[in-house]
Amino acid sequence: MDLVALWFWLIALTFTLYFFLEGFDFGVDILRPFLAKNEAEERALVGTIGPFWDGNEVWVIAAAGVMFSTFPVWYGALFSGMYSVFVIILLALLLRGVSFEYRNQVDQPRWRNFWDWMSFLGSIIPAFFWGVTMAKLIEGLPINADERVLSGFLQLFTPFSVVGGLATLLLFMLHGANFLLLRLHKDTGLYERARAAALFWGALATVAILAFVVMGYVVEGLFTTFGVLPWVFPILAALTLGSIWYGLSTKRDVLAFLMSSLTIVFSTVTIFIALYTRQVVLPSTLDPAFSLGLRASASQPYTLVLMTWVGGIFLPLIVGYQIWNYYVFRERVRPDEGGLNKGYD
Amino acid sequence: MELDVLGLSRFQFASTSIFHFFFVSLTVGLAFLIAVMETFAYVRKDRARLYGNMTNFFGHLFLINFAVGVVTGIVQEFQFGMNWSEYSRFVGNIFGVPLALEVLMAFFLESTFIALWWFGKDRLPPWARLGSIWLVAIGTQISAFWIVLANAWMHHPVGYRVVGEQAFLTSFPAVVFNYKAWLYFAHVQGSAWTVAAFFVLGISAYHLLRRQNVDVFSRSLRIGLVFAATGTVFSISSGHREAQVARYDQPMKFAAMEAQWQTSESPAPWSAIASINMAERRNDFSVEIPYLGSLLAYNSLHGNYQGIIPLQQQYERTLGPGNYIPPVPWVYWNFRIMVGIGTLLLLAAYGGLFLWWRQREALNGTRWYLRVLLLLIPLPWVANFCGWITTEMGRQPFMVYGLLTVQEGVSANTTAEVLVGLIGLWVVYLALIGLDIYLLTVTARAGIHDKPEAQILAAPAPSYTGEGFQGYERRD
Repeated sequence: MDLVALWFWLIALTFTLYFFLEGFDFGVDILRPFLAKNEAEERALVGTIGPFWDGNEVWVIAAAGVMFSTFPVWYGALFSGMYSVFVIILLALLLRGVSFEYRNQVDQPRWRNFWDWMSFLGSIIPAFFWGVTMAKLIEGLPINADERVLSGFLQLFTPFSVVGGLATLLLFMLHGANFLLLRLHKDTGLYERARAAALFWGALATVAILAFVVMGYVVEGLFTTFGVLPWVFPILAALTLGSIWYGLSTKRDVLAFLMSSLTIVFSTVTIFIALYTRQVVLPSTLDPAFSLGLRASASQPYTLVLMTWVGGIFLPLIVGYQIWNYYVFRERVRPDEGGLNKGYD
Repeated sequence: MELDVLGLSRFQFASTSIFHFFFVSLTVGLAFLIAVMETFAYVRKDRARLYGNMTNFFGHLFLINFAVGVVTGIVQEFQFGMNWSEYSRFVGNIFGVPLALEVLMAFFLESTFIALWWFGKDRLPPWARLGSIWLVAIGTQISAFWIVLANAWMHHPVGYRVVGEQAFLTSFPAVVFNYKAWLYFAHVQGSAWTVAAFFVLGISAYHLLRRQNVDVFSRSLRIGLVFAATGTVFSISSGHREAQVARYDQPMKFAAMEAQWQTSESPAPWSAIASINMAERRNDFSVEIPYLGSLLAYNSLHGNYQGIIPLQQQYERTLGPGNYIPPVPWVYWNFRIMVGIGTLLLLAAYGGLFLWWRQREALNGTRWYLRVLLLLIPLPWVANFCGWITTEMGRQPFMVYGLLTVQEGVSANTTAEVLVGLIGLWVVYLALIGLDIYLLTVTARAGIHDKPEAQILAAPAPSYTGEGFQGYERRD
């Protein structure tokens, strides 16, 4: 494998890690209004993701940074082409990021309620729009002969991208519920409600994923360029649903979480396989000849070699200390202890 | 400024950068101060709770500000692709590398260890907790280094070769050892320390004036003074050198900073106040101090520098027709405000050191000095903004100096979407700045108290009973 391919797959890896990690903290925030019945439970739910969400979010900054340096043409085209969607995502992330810190700074229910809304909206909006972005990555953007992208806000919404957004959103909710099963103390009402949520949203998520897969197959010819059998993916989705049901009903929380993680990994990787098999990083909807080619969009070897050294040193280190972070905060959270942090609330 | 995609994108970039730097300059400086405070708690085991309270108090303020710094950084990174895609395509090979390094070396470090530091206080042994805050502090400095290095490359491109429509990196060491980058880094770093130092000084002075927790705040005042004295000297000396190198690597910016339309004579005077007439390309009047211009530009009483009009003619000859004159009054006045504030802050810091040297009590008890410190809190920020405006406006019309104009770097977006995005950003940013200042103020004023129930409604702070620092104390 040459360096261009290596970096293409490392970008795929950072996006996959981002969806896998931030997927569950988005999910927890989206489910929070449905699950928490009082302030103590609200805090317990924030506490499950408190020490992790910030580190999770950095993976998308890493994905963008790595894309900028190794595939500048791709980065410029995708980010300017998705301008309006990215503005919405950014504004949502801005409000979400401060909500965790600010909600407990003023001791008034109305103030907390406001920030709880901000963190709900700040999670549901990016969850949906990242799905739209991934769908557009396969569907393509109107790239002209000068490799400039001319797309308006409404053009970014097609049946395929909307279903992609919904599937991502529901999948993150399922993933978040499964994460809660690992993080909440077992003999609490909150834990049982999280399990019910996993079953309910899991069923909807599976329907949405199947719809996305079928549409991808029919409309976009998503799997026809694969060397893999096209129906492997629907089967995987079906298996996921089955195993989550099995995991939840037999209280195998780890299995359930593993399965929703795998679903996210498979879905993200599928999108990048679709691009890779066509040797295209961003298709053009105007004329296939204007599509951005994999090799034409990449940086020259000097930069790629440099980045390989940098990535080779720092990526394992980051993964290492992030795992340590999860290990330090491995203890399950109890609502009656006011969430995660005893000294600070 | 015109309301087209270019004008709006420039305004968007300037707003994002200035808003982002509002939060970040405090974060970068304060992280270091807090790491020092916590080190005192670790080393001075007999005073672990005192320094622990200091760390908790300023750490609480730090966290309020940190969250906003992180999220605004995402916008900062994304906007290169969103608004300046042609620029990204042109220099991504080079410019993307420091950005990627910033994320991989700094952002992950900061975001992971800040959580371990604050939430992990009852889970980690003291050395690991202390190590975490130091990693956060180091992370913020690494982050500042790479982004400033990227910015310096735009001012003084090195280690590249242009082939067709792209600039290719030819030497990464050249980019890292770009002298401009190190000057900018020293300057930004010194300024960030100054912001944080005067923040700590002002808050400490506020409580000393009210005789609250004198034991804690007299100590934080002295820590703040050391940082203020270091930070101001760093930023003023590096800033002086920065202006000197601009004379030969960005002569147009230097001329604009001095509003020098014609090439000056030698020795050159320095203009203190000028009425600048952009349309007729001259100054209606200018109050000048003889010799000072040469002294500042050359550290000598001899030497002249080029004026704007001859430079414009020179650029037209080498780069083709166009207007290469930046908005002179903006560059000129922002530069002067920055220098004025910098001098004032230097005097304030060394005045404090003088009081401390005379007698420790003189520092805590000189009420006029403490009142001055309180008033100085916002000034380092003002100086920072003026500095950014000077250096970035002075680069106009270039995005990469001498290589790419802003006109050539902009994305093919529509005016409507850029405008709507810009309005959205302003609304959210203004709200965040307002909230940040409000929460910092109420938390800072609430001060340190032992009983959590006595806290005011708006600032439920950690219970300051040396919380989390039990392990730091001497075990007898």
